[in-house]
Amino acid sequence: MLEIFNYSFMIRAFIAGGIVALIAPVIGTFLVAKRYSLMADSLAHVSLAGVALGLLLGIYPVITAILVAVATALIIEYLRTKRGVSGEIALAMFLSGGLSIAIVLIGLGKGFSVDLFSYLFGSITTVSQTDLWVIGSVGIVVLATVVLLYKEFVYIAFDEDAARVSGIPTSMLNMLLMVLTAVTVSLAMRIVGILLIGALMVIPVVTAMQLRKSFAKTIQFAIGYSLLSVFSGLFLSYYLNLAAGGIIVVVALLLFGVTLLLNTRKS
Amino acid sequence: MTDTPLIKVDNLSFRYGSENVLENVSFDIHAGEFVGIIGPNGSGKTTLLKLLLGLLPTQQGSIQIFGKSVQIGTYGKYVGYIPQKVTQSETRFPITVREVVALGRVHPDRILQPLGTKDKKLISEAISAVELSDFSNRLLSELSGGQQQRVFIAKALASEPKLLILDEPTVGIDVQSQETFYRLLSSLNKDKGLTIVIVSHDVDVVMNEVTTVLCLNKTLIYHGNPKTFLKEEYLEQLYGKNRRFIIHGH
Repeated sequence: MLEIFNYSFMIRAFIAGGIVALIAPVIGTFLVAKRYSLMADSLAHVSLAGVALGLLLGIYPVITAILVAVATALIIEYLRTKRGVSGEIALAMFLSGGLSIAIVLIGLGKGFSVDLFSYLFGSITTVSQTDLWVIGSVGIVVLATVVLLYKEFVYIAFDEDAARVSGIPTSMLNMLLMVLTAVTVSLAMRIVGILLIGALMVIPVVTAMQLRKSFAKTIQFAIGYSLLSVFSGLFLSYYLNLAAGGIIVVVALLLFGVTLLLNTRKS
Repeated sequence: MTDTPLIKVDNLSFRYGSENVLENVSFDIHAGEFVGIIGPNGSGKTTLLKLLLGLLPTQQGSIQIFGKSVQIGTYGKYVGYIPQKVTQSETRFPITVREVVALGRVHPDRILQPLGTKDKKLISEAISAVELSDFSNRLLSELSGGQQQRVFIAKALASEPKLLILDEPTVGIDVQSQETFYRLLSSLNKDKGLTIVIVSHDVDVVMNEVTTVLCLNKTLIYHGNPKTFLKEEYLEQLYGKNRRFIIHGH
């Protein structure tokens, strides 16, 4: 067996990374299709406030991050649909709003800056058994929801008006998609860090879109690219002593570049 | 034609803020009709369509479809809606012809249920009805405007509708594809007995194909046979004297 798998912390890193690599591009495909790519980034900044709140109150920070991100996702969706605030503006507002609240909370709890750093830039090698249970169980719920409501999610991403006319509960499904995004973002922050979550949810999807396949195949290829990025990123980080979160996204970008080049040559 | 109208619009008025968009519009549409709603820009035709679909709430007056008050989603399975030449085609949304047509089988009663053999059969039949079987695994964005519009017809047909509602379906599509498109609609109306309501600014083309014209300019100006409409010079009132219309004799 490879040396890397002799360490239980690396095995935990691979399991947690694998689960996040699976769900991030699945949700990401729907966000990209709905032109909502910024959503992940905004919710990531908001979940930083959730993490700071958790650290301040002494509650497990992934849980507070999930709660704050889900609440924000619901508020954004409410502002967009009921109050006529454009999605783009709502996202920009919450992106800076989340960060500013986080900064205030960090200022209040001066002692926890080291812990916070691990959420900001990811700290996959410090994934605990508790993290693994939370990421695993919540990850399964996210994936199962998308599988069960797949055709309805495709419909609202493709043509929301037509979906409404045919009686699909679009508001409820939009809310649900935002909640799933918030949850995914909160789970992914242990892996790549808050600042790079958006990248993990969007880059593999955009790479897969270069292949010009069906919607279902685009999701499958995006998962493939994402798993490849996370696993090779973990190997590189272990053997070359590089920051895991950063190198995962660098690999994802390299895969995008290579796919783009190969595709341009083909056509 | 049956006596109970498929669509019954009674004294319908609608305003955006203080601006009246529709005033006291009343009409019936019966099963088997092919209705063209025409009118100049700002005449309220798209608003009327959105009201019929339930995308806008009824403010004053009433709309009944299949004998029930219009409410979004309640009659979804009977109505195939084809929006204005859809913007998705420009966005490179990665979706194949077959995947789009399959959306026609998505229905609130069947949430959480995967598509079955019957659904798959209806999807294939709908694709072949619009003569796109060879394209079923191609991406929607790789198709021409005319072909894309046929994909949307197929999506509507897959839902086994009784009524098709189309909003300016041929904007930005070349003349030849437009003719093919209208011929397809006409045959669906004649051969399959589908009731069709189409909003269009293509007065010339619409006049040749439809059985009934609804002419709007905030109020309902004309409702009836297209030939009588042309004779009575309503068009000049609406669009000015200098506009010429080419009417082909079929």
